[in-house]
Amino acid sequence: MDFRDSTAEAEFRARLRAWIADNNPGLPVSSTDDEYWARQAEWHTALYDAGFFGLSWPTRFGGQALPSVFDVILDEELAAASAPPRPSLGYLVQGITTHASEAVQQRFLPGLISGRERWCQGFSEPDAGSDLAALRTTAVRDGDDYVIDGHKIWTSYSDVADWCFLLARTDPAVPKHKGLSAFAVPMHQRGIEQRPLRMINGITKEFGQVIFDGARVPAENMLGAPGEGWRIAMTIVSHEREPGEVGYVARYAKTVKDLEKTVRANPAAFRNDQRDGVAWAYVQAEMLRLHVRRRLSERLDGPDHGPGGSIDKLLMTWVEQSVGTAALDLAGSGAVIDGEDVALKIYLYSRAQSVMGGTSQIQKNIIATRILGLPTA
Amino acid sequence: MDTRDTPEQAELRRTARQLARELGPRTVVDFDDAKRARRLADAVRDAGWLELRQQGDDGGPLASGVEAAIIADALGEAVVDVAFTGPVLAADLARRAGVHAVDGAVVGFAPDLIGPARVSGRTTTNAVHAVDCAAQGPAIAYVLAPEGDRYRIVQVPVDGAREGADLTRTIRPIPAGVPVSEVAGSRLLTRRDLEAWAAFGLALTSADLVGLMRGVIDLTVAYAQERRQYGVAIGTFQAVQHLLAEARCLMEGALSAALYPAWAVDALDADDARMAGRVAKAYCARAARTVCETAVQVHGGMGNTWECMVHVYLRRALLSSRWFGDDGEQLRELQRSRLGVADGLS
Repeated sequence: MDFRDSTAEAEFRARLRAWIADNNPGLPVSSTDDEYWARQAEWHTALYDAGFFGLSWPTRFGGQALPSVFDVILDEELAAASAPPRPSLGYLVQGITTHASEAVQQRFLPGLISGRERWCQGFSEPDAGSDLAALRTTAVRDGDDYVIDGHKIWTSYSDVADWCFLLARTDPAVPKHKGLSAFAVPMHQRGIEQRPLRMINGITKEFGQVIFDGARVPAENMLGAPGEGWRIAMTIVSHEREPGEVGYVARYAKTVKDLEKTVRANPAAFRNDQRDGVAWAYVQAEMLRLHVRRRLSERLDGPDHGPGGSIDKLLMTWVEQSVGTAALDLAGSGAVIDGEDVALKIYLYSRAQSVMGGTSQIQKNIIATRILGLPTA
Repeated sequence: MDTRDTPEQAELRRTARQLARELGPRTVVDFDDAKRARRLADAVRDAGWLELRQQGDDGGPLASGVEAAIIADALGEAVVDVAFTGPVLAADLARRAGVHAVDGAVVGFAPDLIGPARVSGRTTTNAVHAVDCAAQGPAIAYVLAPEGDRYRIVQVPVDGAREGADLTRTIRPIPAGVPVSEVAGSRLLTRRDLEAWAAFGLALTSADLVGLMRGVIDLTVAYAQERRQYGVAIGTFQAVQHLLAEARCLMEGALSAALYPAWAVDALDADDARMAGRVAKAYCARAARTVCETAVQVHGGMGNTWECMVHVYLRRALLSSRWFGDDGEQLRELQRSRLGVADGLS
């Protein structure tokens, strides 16, 4: 057990720290402002071009094949500088590298990793949230193409995406989990309509709804085999639940630092319970940083697509909601008088964390049955 | 950076768990089995675990904080009724004062159990508590005698006996008026020494809490698989499943938080190590309370009887949480160090 940086890690950290000092775009906290989402692509390509993104992915796709612990160094340094978090799309990379053919990987991964091609994830539907396998979007073979009809919702980055990682039903005759397939669908075409969805904190540029009405996708853009869609989706969501994959540690740390700064400026202006809330948010954020160190260290044993991501997801949710609550409580009446208050927005956004990527209740079902081995009725 | 166990650490973890399983109590009746308790105490002594933090040939401790925490975790997991943390803390404090702890020595704590008791004259003036020492027979407790801005380590005899909340570890009271004697050859301790030592205490008590959470979750999951109501195992009910899933997450988060100070006590300076310890302790103490209460709840009526082992975990958690300061205490200290909150501000 060694928490110290190796020589290579220390060298990387120093280089990264110097680069961030000169290149921090100083964006607002992602959960509070449309400006963040509007400039996220710019931040992605800047990080990538400087050699600080895609660290643990294969070099043939534009990654650097570094050990996975380099990602937590990235998170820690971004957090220390209050810089924006790294783009969260590692779970798509995991899904594609685990299930797609080499040709498909070659076609799509370089653009995804470099940020030159933007992606969204078309899984959830209005009537298929927790019961994802009940989704009704169809993909019907027509010559060399599939034709897509359906309605996706809660689709992050749908307004800027070039590609949609789509889950659709290709075989209605088989049980619901077995009739799904995954596709890389080009977003810029007739037959796709993107509608922004306004979140409870008012931001409009994070996610949207996507209507497919006779959209076309070449059959060669299928990711994995026909009927493999459910397995691919499970690989993706298991990683979407890992803070080590989504990089939110930096986002929480930035907010906690801001809260601490507010209290330090005049501690006597706050009640003890408000200050305790901030101290507890710090404890939670530190726990998560250390948890990511542990989970990414475990990856040195090789990749694991198991249910452990559900534990990570619940821990991450508790952290985000502790931070959000601390921000709201510290703001006091300010968050009630001003509907645009940053703390109000952070708090409201934090409620989504126990839903997105699978609700906390679904995570608990998974932990109970697949990790604790409790029986199902 | 690699937070995994080294092969040696993994082996120690296996050995410690095996010993704890074989010789630890399985039921509350086992607490009365003096023969078992003696075999257990002998095994821990023979393994050399009480000397881990004595001075080695290179001047540093014989083993790292990580090794000590691995054992604390394993003993907590099986709620083992043997003194370990107490003697190891005494050895660590004595080493910092340049001496070998004598056999059976522990540290005497002030009544708040947060730090070592202080004495100013030739006898104790306030109550001192010898925490986690041998249950019977003569023992000694180290306490601190301030000298300027430093502290001299001195010792007081322990002979009283009282059962505390924890059924697995003894807290023996030392009344006022007990004579204090010198520890021959000891050098003065600095504030820094005490901070580094407190960091170690925070790391060990956190590791103990992680272990006991793991142990009580295993016990409770097994119970939920076997206990039947409405014709099915209660573990099939989502209401029960979700409680246990939350408990497991809390344990995993606590483990992640607790590994770091165990490493930090030997690798970082005293301030940073203690900060790591405070974060871990705040998280572990809160988590352990919830996890143990969940375990009592899932055991239902059985969980509220003396015969059921879950209260043994809860009671042990109460001492491990309180020792070196519980979550509320750690948050108060974090307010001081990170938020600039001065003493006296409410």
